[in-house]
Amino acid sequence: MRTIVKRGTVAALSLAVMASAAFAENVKIAFIDPLSGPFASTGINGLHQYEFAAEALVNANGGVLGGQKFEIMGFDNKISPKESLIQLQVAIDQGIRYVAQGNSSGVANALTEAIDKHNRRNPDNRVLFLNYSAVDPALTNDKCNFWHFRFDANADIKMDALTDVMAVDDSIKKVYIIGQDYSFGKAVASAAVSFLEAKRPDIEIVGNELHPIGKVKDFTPYARKIVASGADAVITGNWGSDMLNLGRSIIENGFEGPIYTYYAAADGITAAFGETGKGSLRLVSEGPLNPIASDRAAEYVKAFKAKYPDGNVSQARITNVIEMLARAINDAGTATDVVAVAKALEGMEHDSLWGGKILMRPQDHQAIQDVHIFAHTNEAVQFDYDNSGYGMVVESSVVMASADAPTTCNMTRP
Amino acid sequence: MMQNPDNTQGRMDGGISMRTAMPWILAALLLLVMPFVFQSNSAITIMNQMGITIVFALSYNMLLGQAGMLSFGHAVYMGVGGFVCVHVMNWGIFGSIPLPALPLVGGIFGMLLACVVGYFSTRKAGTVFAMISLGVGELIAACSVIIVVFFGGEEGVSGDRTYGLPFFGVEFLNQVEVYYLTAGWLLISAMLMYLFSRTPIGRMANAVRDNPERAEFLGYSSRWVRYNSFVAAGFFAGIAGGLFAINYEILTEENLNLTTSGSILLVTFLGGVGVFFGPVVGAIVFTLLQTVLSLETEIWSLYVGALFVATVMFFPSGLAGVMQMHVVPIKLGKWRLLVMPYVTTLVPAIFCIIGVSGLIEVLFHARHAAIGETEMTLFWVTFQHTAILPWVVFALLALSGFWLARRNAPSLLDAWHRANTPDGADT
Amino acid sequence: MDLILVNLIDGLVTGLLLFMLSAGLTLIFSMMGVLNFAHASFYMLGAYFAYQISIYLGFWMGLLVAPPLVGIVGAAVERYGLRRVHQYGHVPELIFTFGLALLIEELVKFIWGNDQIAYRIPEILEGAAFSISSYDIPAYKVFMIFLSLGIFAGLLFVLTRTRVGMIIQAALSYPRTVEALGHNVPLVFMGVFGVGTALAGVAGVIAGPVLSTFPGMAFVLGSIVFVTIVIGGLGSLGGALVAALIIGWMTTFAKAYNIRMEDILTSLGFTKPEPVWDSAWADLWTLTSPQIADILPYLLMILILVFRPHGLFGKRDV
Repeated sequence: MRTIVKRGTVAALSLAVMASAAFAENVKIAFIDPLSGPFASTGINGLHQYEFAAEALVNANGGVLGGQKFEIMGFDNKISPKESLIQLQVAIDQGIRYVAQGNSSGVANALTEAIDKHNRRNPDNRVLFLNYSAVDPALTNDKCNFWHFRFDANADIKMDALTDVMAVDDSIKKVYIIGQDYSFGKAVASAAVSFLEAKRPDIEIVGNELHPIGKVKDFTPYARKIVASGADAVITGNWGSDMLNLGRSIIENGFEGPIYTYYAAADGITAAFGETGKGSLRLVSEGPLNPIASDRAAEYVKAFKAKYPDGNVSQARITNVIEMLARAINDAGTATDVVAVAKALEGMEHDSLWGGKILMRPQDHQAIQDVHIFAHTNEAVQFDYDNSGYGMVVESSVVMASADAPTTCNMTRP
Repeated sequence: MMQNPDNTQGRMDGGISMRTAMPWILAALLLLVMPFVFQSNSAITIMNQMGITIVFALSYNMLLGQAGMLSFGHAVYMGVGGFVCVHVMNWGIFGSIPLPALPLVGGIFGMLLACVVGYFSTRKAGTVFAMISLGVGELIAACSVIIVVFFGGEEGVSGDRTYGLPFFGVEFLNQVEVYYLTAGWLLISAMLMYLFSRTPIGRMANAVRDNPERAEFLGYSSRWVRYNSFVAAGFFAGIAGGLFAINYEILTEENLNLTTSGSILLVTFLGGVGVFFGPVVGAIVFTLLQTVLSLETEIWSLYVGALFVATVMFFPSGLAGVMQMHVVPIKLGKWRLLVMPYVTTLVPAIFCIIGVSGLIEVLFHARHAAIGETEMTLFWVTFQHTAILPWVVFALLALSGFWLARRNAPSLLDAWHRANTPDGADT
Repeated sequence: MDLILVNLIDGLVTGLLLFMLSAGLTLIFSMMGVLNFAHASFYMLGAYFAYQISIYLGFWMGLLVAPPLVGIVGAAVERYGLRRVHQYGHVPELIFTFGLALLIEELVKFIWGNDQIAYRIPEILEGAAFSISSYDIPAYKVFMIFLSLGIFAGLLFVLTRTRVGMIIQAALSYPRTVEALGHNVPLVFMGVFGVGTALAGVAGVIAGPVLSTFPGMAFVLGSIVFVTIVIGGLGSLGGALVAALIIGWMTTFAKAYNIRMEDILTSLGFTKPEPVWDSAWADLWTLTSPQIADILPYLLMILILVFRPHGLFGKRDV
């Protein structure tokens, strides 16, 4: 893996102008995500999933365009928008035409704008942005552009699915919404309010609040408020240590209802919750591991775990990115003309490795797919997370969630 | 210790002479030819980043080095200046402003903020100032996610530089044009900051730094002197913010937070606070470490941390300070005395560092690589981390390098003393 | 009413934890003039050491062994690092600790990885100690309260009732005189630094399981420790306690009660613009106290420094 990252240096300050992608044997994909710093484990695990997917799903089958291999190149953005833009430039200079990023909507936002500008200013070496994880709805609405493709379900879609499930649960009468004080936390909160209002007007929202992101040391006061409010369920978009600490604090202070989350899995969180989270934690996501969709998928996960025993197949959609990109390149007959590849990707229907279909909606480049609600448990877990014995088991599913959801995207096509 | 020998010369000549102007002309020429040497866009992007960091670090050194004020919140002046610039980019009026004038707007707003904060923070120097700057830095950084109207929340505010009034037909579509804009501002602001340090106010800042009581006895209000330096530093930080806005076209929370404020402290100190060009050296080295070393290794920040601690412990005058220490031997014409001892001490030392970092890298790879991926490349050599040989080689390098360097260090010290002693002086 | 009592207890836990950290720091600060930026890193080391020990020997051995280990590391840092930098002056000293904080964080990541680690509270302390109406007070929190109070009492006893304490107090005010009397002041400094960092280690050992143990834990705690001792006044142990409790209660209550800016502004006679999200003042109108709870201490610190530079109980300028 290091050898791949290494080559970045050559271009960083090299005198020579790098050969353009036309001469390159491989189709290179720049993976711009944190590989150092506090979010490094998420980023590195993502990089491993990409490398493994490219190897197992494309290169092992002979590559694309009759023999060109996929090559994933890691670029460390230290989860900083500024560094991401520098690394984007380095990647473009190496003739890379495909950029994958996912951690932090703030970075995704900076990248999508920079790529839009770059493609306008430099029509000769345009790039595509494969967003596999940043779920801020704005990216496929007001801020959408032709070069951006999102493979994850966005925050609104996930909330739509989540509230579908909550709506049929009669035991839920009062809901508490809590999140991090930034764009994503606010997006989750407002989506929750509007969907609950539409689907279950009788549910009372007993709390809706934001806390500073990454700064709260002790969540006890929030937990007390949640318990005091008499809520039957909690909804949160928290991630990282904010998720872990909030969840633990709520449970320890006597809350017994379900906690609906976006990111309470893998990257150490599943292991750290362990027995504590059983029975309360729910997760909305795509790509189920338990039960696994097919033998092929099971083989894939086993092979991944054999190669990376400490890793998790936590972002199942990465296989969709790789498979759909490979198909689009083959359909377009070129890997260098990204406009043709983008047009092939638009509207593509794909059978996911994890079961179900995926439709890359042409209006806004948002992937429409099955969304599942998982429970954190150690029962019936075939593939656990963090080698903890605990994993995520599907409780209910929404097929092709939000397929007809409106979008404000108004895309200009080249 | 702040005195640059060239400057005293300039003073004696009474004004601008060839000698004082020479470094600036050379710098201008260097800035001019750099894009022809490093042509790739990424190299130019990195050079732009360097330019911005240099302006910012020089502005920081107006506080730390020249006025003795330790600030933990200098990023907010750069950030606020930058945010204003991005907002200007989004206004209709931007079409009638030439882009090269934009950093001035950032500078003015950085200065205005410094005027307000400086009013209460510069009353005392030392820890009081440091802690107030820390508090203000935290407050404004926290506000950036709360006051969405101005700071745009976590995703920040973005604009498009090309909507500005074309400047002699240049629309700043590509990186080279931005590079020359940045370089121009870098030269202008560096020169202005240098001139500021030569003005009576700049001189008084040094006096207040070294002994506020004596300065007060001379009839100067040390608070007023500090206030002036603070406001001027805010202005140049704002200019750096404007350049950032032009280069990246986006400003986010990271431009304001404590990490950025802390890293500019590292940059400045690494380069050397006692010399005017110290922050320049620091900014160049740090940017290279950050962008190039981080592509080489995941644990780059471990090395940066170690380098930093080593600098504070062994070379408190920074890299530029070390460079400047050699002025005396060169002037005495005795620098040849140093060559051999340097070779015999530094070469083993470098081997020792290579050995230690090699061990760290192999260990890191052995612990974190995927099963079956035992192959790794280090220092252009590819080998298996499971093999014994690389461990032995690196350990030998580290130990023998350390031993040799240790053994030869006294002779270096001795040579150093001789090289710094004028002929005829009693040794 | 019950909730107020519960919040008082929660705030007390937060405050006492903060006190344990700031007690050591304020001693170090006032004696050596060093703003030890790495203090929170020693707190982190305490948690990680205790975790490593608890794997083999259980939580209680961790609590017993980890703090002295941290203290030894701290003393070594003083002896081989700070003492060397001391000759260059205070600013390089401070910058040294700043760099040390970075280095410790990187080392922790190198050794234990980037993720959260599963450092848990001992089984005997799991569950609730008692309940106030429907609110559980976890047994572990009660344990934390008693442990920190015990340490405060012990520290006070050592400082005011023992010979060592007398020397330390004297060295605080008149280091030269104490040296002239034949005491080894550098040794006292090293000892104080070691004890101070060991206290931070204790805080880490007991806070690690509840506030989670991860490489960013020092940074999250970060500068709040300075804020505490600056507000309390330098060198004042009592001041540190009072400031820590004020901060603990202030943040807890600001989080526990949704005080909305909207209500304050309305009661002041302003009218709310409609629709609020379209107004330039939207962010001000929608502000709530939990959003700003964690930055309140900084605001308090700035106000204190501007109007009373000695802090609450300090005898000299910060």
